[in-house]
Amino acid sequence: MTYIAKPRLHHPTLPENRVGFTRRDYEGKISTLCAGCGHDSISAAIIEACWEMDIEPHRVAKLSGIGCSSKTPDYFLGNSHGFNTVHGRMPSVLTGANLANRTLLYLGVSGDGDSASIGLGQFAHVMRRGVNMVYILENNGVYGLTKGQFSATADQGSKSKRGAVNTDAPIDTVSLALIMGATFVARGFSGDKRQLVPLLRAAIAHKGAAFVDVISPCVAFNNHPGSTRSYDYVREHNEAVNRIDFIETRPEVTADYEEGHVVEIPHHDGTLLRLRKLHGEYDPTDRIGAMNYVQHHQARGEIVTGLLYADPHAEDLHEHLYTVDAPFNGLTEEDLCPGAAALEAINASLR
Amino acid sequence: MDPTNIRDPDYFHKVVDCQWACPAHTPVPEYIRLISAGRYSDAYMVNWASNVFPGILGRTCDRPCEPACRRGRVEEENVEKPEPVAICRLKRVAADLKDDIRDRLPRPPTQRNGKRVACIGAGPSALTVARDLAPLGYSLTVLDADPKAGGFMRTQVPRFRLPESVIDEETGYILDLGVEFIGGRRIDSLEDLLAEGYDAVFVGSGAPRGRDLQLPGRTEAAKHIHIGIDWLASVSFGHIEKVGRRVIVLGGGNTAMDCCRSARRLGGEEVKVIVRSGFDEMKASPWEKEDAMHEGIPILNFMVPKSFEHENGRLTGMTFEKVQAVRDADGRRTLVPTGEPDVLVPCDEVLVAVGQENAFPWIERDLGLEFDRHGLPVLDAKTMQSTLPRVFFGGDAAFGPKNIITAVAQGHEAAVSIDKFLQGEDLSERPAPHLNLVSQKMGIHEWSYDNDVSQSSRQAVPWAAADKALKSIKVEVELGFDAAAAFREAQRCLNCDVQTVFAKSLCIECDACVDICPMDSITFTMNGDEADLRVRLKAPAENTAQALYVSEPLRTNRVMVKDEDVCLHCGLCAERCPTGAWDMQKFLIEMTHAGPGCRTPRREAA
Repeated sequence: MTYIAKPRLHHPTLPENRVGFTRRDYEGKISTLCAGCGHDSISAAIIEACWEMDIEPHRVAKLSGIGCSSKTPDYFLGNSHGFNTVHGRMPSVLTGANLANRTLLYLGVSGDGDSASIGLGQFAHVMRRGVNMVYILENNGVYGLTKGQFSATADQGSKSKRGAVNTDAPIDTVSLALIMGATFVARGFSGDKRQLVPLLRAAIAHKGAAFVDVISPCVAFNNHPGSTRSYDYVREHNEAVNRIDFIETRPEVTADYEEGHVVEIPHHDGTLLRLRKLHGEYDPTDRIGAMNYVQHHQARGEIVTGLLYADPHAEDLHEHLYTVDAPFNGLTEEDLCPGAAALEAINASLR
Repeated sequence: MDPTNIRDPDYFHKVVDCQWACPAHTPVPEYIRLISAGRYSDAYMVNWASNVFPGILGRTCDRPCEPACRRGRVEEENVEKPEPVAICRLKRVAADLKDDIRDRLPRPPTQRNGKRVACIGAGPSALTVARDLAPLGYSLTVLDADPKAGGFMRTQVPRFRLPESVIDEETGYILDLGVEFIGGRRIDSLEDLLAEGYDAVFVGSGAPRGRDLQLPGRTEAAKHIHIGIDWLASVSFGHIEKVGRRVIVLGGGNTAMDCCRSARRLGGEEVKVIVRSGFDEMKASPWEKEDAMHEGIPILNFMVPKSFEHENGRLTGMTFEKVQAVRDADGRRTLVPTGEPDVLVPCDEVLVAVGQENAFPWIERDLGLEFDRHGLPVLDAKTMQSTLPRVFFGGDAAFGPKNIITAVAQGHEAAVSIDKFLQGEDLSERPAPHLNLVSQKMGIHEWSYDNDVSQSSRQAVPWAAADKALKSIKVEVELGFDAAAAFREAQRCLNCDVQTVFAKSLCIECDACVDICPMDSITFTMNGDEADLRVRLKAPAENTAQALYVSEPLRTNRVMVKDEDVCLHCGLCAERCPTGAWDMQKFLIEMTHAGPGCRTPRREAA
């Protein structure tokens, strides 16, 4: 962490986006995390993605649980709504907020302790319900705030900073999200923003439960030889299956790609995702194939990154529940109490 | 690009824009930090060692440092009016608020080395030579036509800009080093002086002749037409105490500004500055133009003087032709008449300040001292040595009129040359400046400099009330910062001498520095040639005058590229770096001055 505030001075050429903000306007308070924490890079990637997408900060709600990762919403989007909830309970608070006002962009920020241990149940259910959100899991394999014990996502056989070997089997949150029905699943690496920022943009554009697992090395407790979440290990074992080249709201005729090197995933809301294939055989619209692929490579000690699965026909919780379009705070007494005649009609329909 | 060689003494020196721009390479951020700390005497001594006349320069310097100051660039698009740090005024603060520093000055040598050096002229360059050489044991004799030392600083800079007490103090520090000063002796023959047996002679006689303007009516109205620098000298010595009611000052340089403001104080009610070319093309420093206009002196431009109008030997006015600037086919700018009728400007007196020239009628042309076709001595630009080996030049006498700080810098170089010459060494072998690069880390996120960047804007300097200031030529106009304003202004300095030093072997490429850098100065990317890299960085590096700091390839084969242009030197990259790959290190360069440090190292026999 640093003790002085980041100066407000900025580069003279710093550009504004279409809603009149510079990238610096999407920053939050100065981070109190350890110097070099991967989480700070993820915050920077979120800032970059929101700026690039011309998102108005006041249309975003950030929700988090407890842990290093869950502190980070304080360090980005300082002009957005925020709710630092109870340990492992971010998904249910987010679900409630989303039901009350579906017009905001929901960023759920959590860590491996918050999501894979105390909040594992909540994690599973928020995915299967299809809540429209971007769930970002800042995954470093340790409990950083309590001095680096293994978390539930730590790989079996990996070593702690003091040399202890992890004997428990890891929870793979990507596989879990795929199983539970998340309609957008991706994995990124905090040390590669060229990959991470487009993944976050695609996740934000996705309507439905979007899950982004971000490997985020803990420089204080999990960046040593023997760790499988260190900068060096992740760089050596990173298997990116594709790169997102762009996300467009309407398809354009652009080419220059060799046949078979590009995948286009048109979403039914008009969004088009264009991916450059890095692993020729990989099909990011095949959920079962994705599960197999991830598991297969994981068994070889490789970390599969990129856009792993996107369902172009995704639906969300509101569609399932036939809820009203208007946010609750916009409903008038007239909407909520339609009067005796309406009640009579309902009752009549049930007789 | 090849990895940057930070061992090259020039690399980090260029990053300290102010110091690099200063002819004497005064370590500006170093003394500004001392001012922040209230250590005015220490700040003064840092200046004194480098530029010899801190109190004088703090009032009169041409300030090449300020247009170069990074603060001005950093504030672009951030504040309404981007402005550099008021370096010059801070220098004056050090001089004004210091304690008695006399016991910190070198002592006159107890033993002389037997070598005698004469300095012709007692201006800034000659006094610098005397200061550098006297403590080493040389016998220095400084000769000047004027009764007191100071040269141009005393005779031509008006008192309302530079009080006499400051000149007395700072010239006194030098003369007290056991220097023999002979005032009132004009040198009429270099040959005669050389015959007095000096081992070396330094010519720092300035550019004593003001250019005249031979126009119709010049001789008839001669009584009311004066050469600017001569007139200023007469004012300085009290020979002139009054001027006519309506005064025209011809010329657009700093001398013209001094003339018009002096005239305003000697009874000139309607004082006008008239220049041939455009207002923007004037040679005067912008702040001197502002000061003149502030005192109600209009500056009229694009008017070429045609004739002096007179009646019975009395000047009545001047006629001017109106012109405009036109670019010809080659893009050269020329002044052509607009065709409008000539303008008659009535006046009682005219001050001609259209330039100065060097004059060496007192140097015999058969001594072996060569002159070029402009009448300037042929010199080695580095050693300041003339073609007569024991005669050296400096200041305006060397390469024509410049400014005080350039004269001081040339004086230092000449002193090194004279020292080496009299020690029988090769003058061209000049040891590189002494370089020091020291980490400023004191603890976790604790630095020995204040890295919290101040957001305040340039402090205004208080002025004497206009009515009071214009009544007397001796009332100093600028009053200087008080301690509180000086602190606020000093805090605006970005500490550009505290360098961001990158250790490639420690970097784990976590991006922490990239994310935190407020100015987007740092990028990790694949290497390329410079033009390619400059457009690929996180923020475009459009200022090609500023270097890119490029590392060796990192583990991912990328390189770290830092654009030095608008770096705040806030140290956040180093605070955020988990491995200490970034460090903030203070760069201190000690210019080579006369003395043991400038001598060629002798190799002991193996």
